Amino acid sequence: MQRIGVFICWCGSNIAATVDVERLAQLIKAEPGVVFSADYQYMCSENGQQLIKNAVKDYNLTGIVIGSCSPRMHEATFRKAAESVGLNPYMVEVANLREQCSWIHKDREEATKKALVLLRTAIAKVRLDAPLTAGESPVVKRALVIGGGIAGIQAALDIAEAGFPVDIVEKNPTIGGRMAQLDKTFPTLDCSACILTPKMVDCAQNENIDILSYSEVEDVKGFVGNFKVRIRRKARYVDETKCTGCKVCMEKCPSKKGLNEFNMNLNNRTAIYIPFAQAIPNVAVIDPTQCLKLKTGKCGVCQKFCGAGAIDYTMQDTFVEREYGAIVVATGFRPINVDAFNEYGYSDNKDVITSLELERLMNAAGPTNGVLLRPSDNTHPKVITFIQCVGSRDVSGCGKPYCSKICCMYTAKHAMLIREKYPDTEVHVFYIDVRTPGKNYDEFYRRAVEQYGVDYIKGMVGKVWNENGKLMVQGADLIENEQVVIPSDLVVLATAIEPEPSVRKIATLLTASIDTNNFLNESHPKLRPVESPTAGVYLAGVCQGPKDIPETVSQASACAAKVIGLLVKNHLKTNPCVARPDETACNGCSQCANVCAYGAITYVDKEFRIGGGKTETRRVAQVNPAVCQGCGACTVTCPSGAMDLSGFSTAQILSEVEAICRK
Amino acid sequence: MNALENAMIEKARDLLEKGVVKRVVGWERGEFAYDPSPATFESAQSLESFVYNDFCGANLSKYLIKVSKNEGKTAVFLKPCDTYSLNQLIKEHRVDREKIYAIGIECQQKLDHFAIEKIGIDGIREEKYDGDEAVFHCVDGEKRAKKEDVVLLRCLTCKSKKFAIAEDTVVLHEMTESCGDRFEEVRKLSGMTADERFAFWQNELSRCIRCNACRNVCPACTCIKCVFDNPKSGVAAKANDVPFEEQLFHIIRAFHVSGRCTDCGECSRVCPERIPLHLLNRKFILDINENYGEYQAGEESEGKTPLTSYQVTDVEPGDAVRKGEDR
Repeated sequence: MQRIGVFICWCGSNIAATVDVERLAQLIKAEPGVVFSADYQYMCSENGQQLIKNAVKDYNLTGIVIGSCSPRMHEATFRKAAESVGLNPYMVEVANLREQCSWIHKDREEATKKALVLLRTAIAKVRLDAPLTAGESPVVKRALVIGGGIAGIQAALDIAEAGFPVDIVEKNPTIGGRMAQLDKTFPTLDCSACILTPKMVDCAQNENIDILSYSEVEDVKGFVGNFKVRIRRKARYVDETKCTGCKVCMEKCPSKKGLNEFNMNLNNRTAIYIPFAQAIPNVAVIDPTQCLKLKTGKCGVCQKFCGAGAIDYTMQDTFVEREYGAIVVATGFRPINVDAFNEYGYSDNKDVITSLELERLMNAAGPTNGVLLRPSDNTHPKVITFIQCVGSRDVSGCGKPYCSKICCMYTAKHAMLIREKYPDTEVHVFYIDVRTPGKNYDEFYRRAVEQYGVDYIKGMVGKVWNENGKLMVQGADLIENEQVVIPSDLVVLATAIEPEPSVRKIATLLTASIDTNNFLNESHPKLRPVESPTAGVYLAGVCQGPKDIPETVSQASACAAKVIGLLVKNHLKTNPCVARPDETACNGCSQCANVCAYGAITYVDKEFRIGGGKTETRRVAQVNPAVCQGCGACTVTCPSGAMDLSGFSTAQILSEVEAICRK
Repeated sequence: MNALENAMIEKARDLLEKGVVKRVVGWERGEFAYDPSPATFESAQSLESFVYNDFCGANLSKYLIKVSKNEGKTAVFLKPCDTYSLNQLIKEHRVDREKIYAIGIECQQKLDHFAIEKIGIDGIREEKYDGDEAVFHCVDGEKRAKKEDVVLLRCLTCKSKKFAIAEDTVVLHEMTESCGDRFEEVRKLSGMTADERFAFWQNELSRCIRCNACRNVCPACTCIKCVFDNPKSGVAAKANDVPFEEQLFHIIRAFHVSGRCTDCGECSRVCPERIPLHLLNRKFILDINENYGEYQAGEESEGKTPLTSYQVTDVEPGDAVRKGEDR
């Protein structure tokens, strides 16, 4: 029989205000096996832990139940305390009396009753607990960064700087991401390319960084410290090692009608192309949906003119498998599709554009060489109206419920830049609220209003329509309390941003959790903001939530610090709560191996006695404890119940259920 | 003796005499025409008692788990629907493919002697089909019955006449596929209210005498140690804990074979209480088809199954639950 001690924490008033902790400590003494019980204001404090340690020694406790906050908060703390006085740390069970009881109930009597049941349940489990010992697993000293935008670039550079090899997997032909498309950056108005491209070059030149561009993550196996990742290297039909980036192929290519994705489809590109002048790697790629040679077999002009002999029309996708200790997800964002917003007439009017399209129209490397010309007739727009919150803070179902965070600042930036370059232009901005927290941000916005005379109108736009070549913008002016109609030449929609949709597949492969808006969840919103709940997976940039460049870079560096902290370790302690098969009941049917997400289960032929002096050879499951993550999928799949999980055995779970159901 | 039976005996004799196989698994003549039983034949002489008639409904696949552990190859006669069971057993590594010589045999629907008795026909000496009718030579003369009234339930909605696995075949006549929606009954049950459905199963399952025939015959119930016989599993005791233990026994069994059940219908064929147990399995099969795409267990002898693999397109658990609530 176990000698069990029960320790009930008040958590200040968090638990004690709703649960009668003193009465609970008295009531629980009646449970069989309980030899000691106590309540204390803060069990996690130094004094609280001392109380536990003393009780273990004084009462020869063999098992401990703590009634406190979620085990996610302090299980490790209490296990450590138990271990320090010679008790196996896996003889400690936590009953969650805070998140699952006091915080969600109001009635003191009911909450106390439930707390008693939760404690009994934990006692039922601890009765069947057995001491467990953690093993060790080695750490592969290499990191993977998924996504080569500014977040991925910054994380890779920081990790590489610390001496660890990093691979950047980027699905586009070049790294650089969204930041490469931007013109100027707020609040300092320095040129985006001027600060980004040197970092891209640094990546290419850093011997610890390997850029796998035009590649996608296909499969991820393993666990923290030991991920095995399969990467698809899409066929670019150009040999990366031979291409010199001379662009002769682009001049000669007869297929010139492809949409230029880098310029937001505002102009055309050839079938063989380098996305932009400073692309890294500076290597051409062929668009197979556009290339005449690949589509019809007739052409081959680029191959003829390529001095380096880099063109290979027979190229196929290839796969590489690599091992990593840590993975950074930095998959970024895209502007949402605004076709659903009929009121703004985006799909009907060429001169209704998104902000990212405006960035390209103002960029010196853009389709208009930086001269602001409206798309319909290439004339200078004289009246420009900005509409903010297009699809952001939108609960109608068309857009996104969240604030995209960057639009207020970039709209102020656009307005200011236009007034600076073309002072004869009239600029109006419709807004719901202007949100500019951040260092030098509100000053920036005020400059747009006060110094540059941008006309900010508080109100939403109801309709945009074309009247004799003018875009009529009808909206409410809530401050003047009137309807206004502004005849405009150009309308710019501050479009909401959403996570790059490919993140869903990545999240699935990594078993990283994702929220309803496709943003990856962090382990703790305040205290572990750059870690995914999946160990060894870190989050940088907009894939975790809307943020601007300074925040993205901070988060990427924070990720790098976490990755470096992991990679400097030679070994990680493994979780001893792993599956173990009962060979006498195992049928060898492979169902457990099929459901195992970690590839931890293999089979061996073993000889068993079957009575009468005879033996038979049977196929039975074996679990690699270093690879098993203790998820329990195998235990519920096994039809004969041969698979069990240490620390969470079927018998323990059933006895917990019984304790809950007991009257 | 019929021509098909002759051809099968010749095939078996040939295989045994040439030493291709050590033994043949088939059916042995019983006391009456309607009770042939599965048997192993190890020599050409022993084939004298070999029989194959319209009462040979038994699926011989499961016997191979044990028989194929013996030295040498084993030949087995399998009707089209039985081949799926063998394939599934190979997939689960319960039968060694290398040691099996599978012979696909003709099947023109099998008879259900319970059903025949029920319409008052007994003392059968011989049977044959005549178009839509079954003709019985009985001790008290010839009797006729509509085929659909006397064949096994599973044969009314035959799932396939394809051999999922077979080295060799003995097929003398074209096999006609019986039509009919095999999920019709399941849909009818799903259309009931929860209370009606509960009453239906309570009525059916209350007749269960826990003889374990369904479990023993089921080619998917092949555990070395069944959870119901294993006091450590915690399941045996659970089933006894409730006043109505058969509910749990049959539902747990249906869960255990879900995704692996080939719908061979042996459970309902052998049930002495005529409980339509196959409907539980078919409910699972229908759900799998609807939630993960059409799937037939035993169609392949390797590869992953919908319930033990994950695909991005898999139904979200919440959606599956909501679907259940709608009904």
